[in-house]
Amino acid sequence: MVAQNIAFGIIAAIMVVGALRVVTVNNVVHAALWLVLVLAGAAAQYILLTAEFVAVTQVLVYIGAVMVLFLFGTMLTRAQLGREKKLNNSTWYLGIPTSLLLLGVMILALTSSFGNEKLPTDSEIVSTQAISDQIFGPYLLPFWALSFVLLVAVIGAIVLARKD
Amino acid sequence: MYALLSSIPYWGQTLLRLLGGAVAVLLPAGTIVYLFLFKMMSFMQSRLGPMEAGPYGSMQLFAEVGKWLQKEDLLPERADSFVFKIAPLIVLSSTFLLVAVVPFGPDAWFTNFEAGVFYALAVSSVSVLGILMAGWSSANKYSLLGGLRAAGQLIAYELPMILAVVGVVIQAGSMNLQNIVVAQNAGSIFGWNGLGNPYLLTQFVGFVVFMIAVQAELTQTPFDMPIAESELVSGYMTEYSGFRFLMFFIGEFATAGVFAFIASVLFLGGWGVPFSWFGWSGINDVDSWMNVGGPLIMLTKMLGLVFIIMWVRFSYPRFREDQLQRFAWKVLIPVSLVNIMATSVLKVAF
Repeated sequence: MVAQNIAFGIIAAIMVVGALRVVTVNNVVHAALWLVLVLAGAAAQYILLTAEFVAVTQVLVYIGAVMVLFLFGTMLTRAQLGREKKLNNSTWYLGIPTSLLLLGVMILALTSSFGNEKLPTDSEIVSTQAISDQIFGPYLLPFWALSFVLLVAVIGAIVLARKD
Repeated sequence: MYALLSSIPYWGQTLLRLLGGAVAVLLPAGTIVYLFLFKMMSFMQSRLGPMEAGPYGSMQLFAEVGKWLQKEDLLPERADSFVFKIAPLIVLSSTFLLVAVVPFGPDAWFTNFEAGVFYALAVSSVSVLGILMAGWSSANKYSLLGGLRAAGQLIAYELPMILAVVGVVIQAGSMNLQNIVVAQNAGSIFGWNGLGNPYLLTQFVGFVVFMIAVQAELTQTPFDMPIAESELVSGYMTEYSGFRFLMFFIGEFATAGVFAFIASVLFLGGWGVPFSWFGWSGINDVDSWMNVGGPLIMLTKMLGLVFIIMWVRFSYPRFREDQLQRFAWKVLIPVSLVNIMATSVLKVAF
């Protein structure tokens, strides 16, 4: 478990630095690339937790699709090389209390539901079949709700893109 | 079965796997460039191709690499130097990550990943990132246009590719590439097991969709809008020279080889021979000589599939951008969805 802890620490440090650079760097594309680093770090953490299906999904969805579309969009509209001056929103400082609030909620949720429990040291790799049994068994209703949200987003995108 | 492997210490296994990975990426790339790009293309155009360096020009490849290594590593004045320099590395590393899940024999694998196919599809999409970075950081309108075209095309053709693979996964009942190989070679066609059950027969629609999507993912000719030389000079690669251009070049043909490896695992039975020939009943009975024979079988199948890719490349003219997108969204995706439905109905019925 020691090796995993060290790896966790290193990856977590890289993710924190990357996340800070996302909001401080002076170039839209650079910010997006730092965000890729943060998301890749999250995938690596999932691998350390032996959740390889989730890790692969993280890479496929966030790096392969979301970030590529993000970069595609910015490059198609405006993505100048070099520093940009007016990249900061005038209400940027509101982000600090919001992120602190989110951090508090997450700490509260984790400590109240897990307390002093520790991860098993010899956790087995979670098979894909086990995950699908869970999704299409006890978690079917949340899964449907999520699908519905995605469907609404897709319809919204079509409505926005239509000319008439 | 694991006696051979477990006698080697862990660091030795890791070293062997790293070396094997380098060979599995670079050897197919070199073979493809010489056999198909130099020789087959020349023969199809009624000329001889390179003949001076070595017998039948077989040393031409080393001469080319030497030439590229000598060239200056140019950087446009207004380019974003860090992103510009790291972009080809990301494209190439995506190829090396891709080969990590391909099994070459009962023991000759790099990693026996549970969600193997899914992993392969995920890491292959990372190369788009490198292409976008290259296009943007070059400070060149042609490069940016090429990068954007590449991203649009690769996103569009990733979907039919994933959907085509789903049929195979349903039939094999596993996403592990090793299990898919075993399922094909241990299988039987209506009780006759002389050929195993290669999914080329049952998943022919999936195979065709997969190979078309591979052609588009590799940006080979009917789908080479991103590097269309008559419009965009060389697309996202325009500003690259020397070793960094070589990396893009190796990445292109190595990825062709690795995708052909994956296609042969998914549809042609991979490293295996039909198990009934030697009376094997499962993976644990397979003789260890297959660890040498397997890679050779894979190499043969890979060359056959790349031959098809190159044949199409040298035969057809380029798609227009709108035709290319329409073909992906209106033909390939519906066809592969129907294929998934038919496969799952038949899977439940039998």
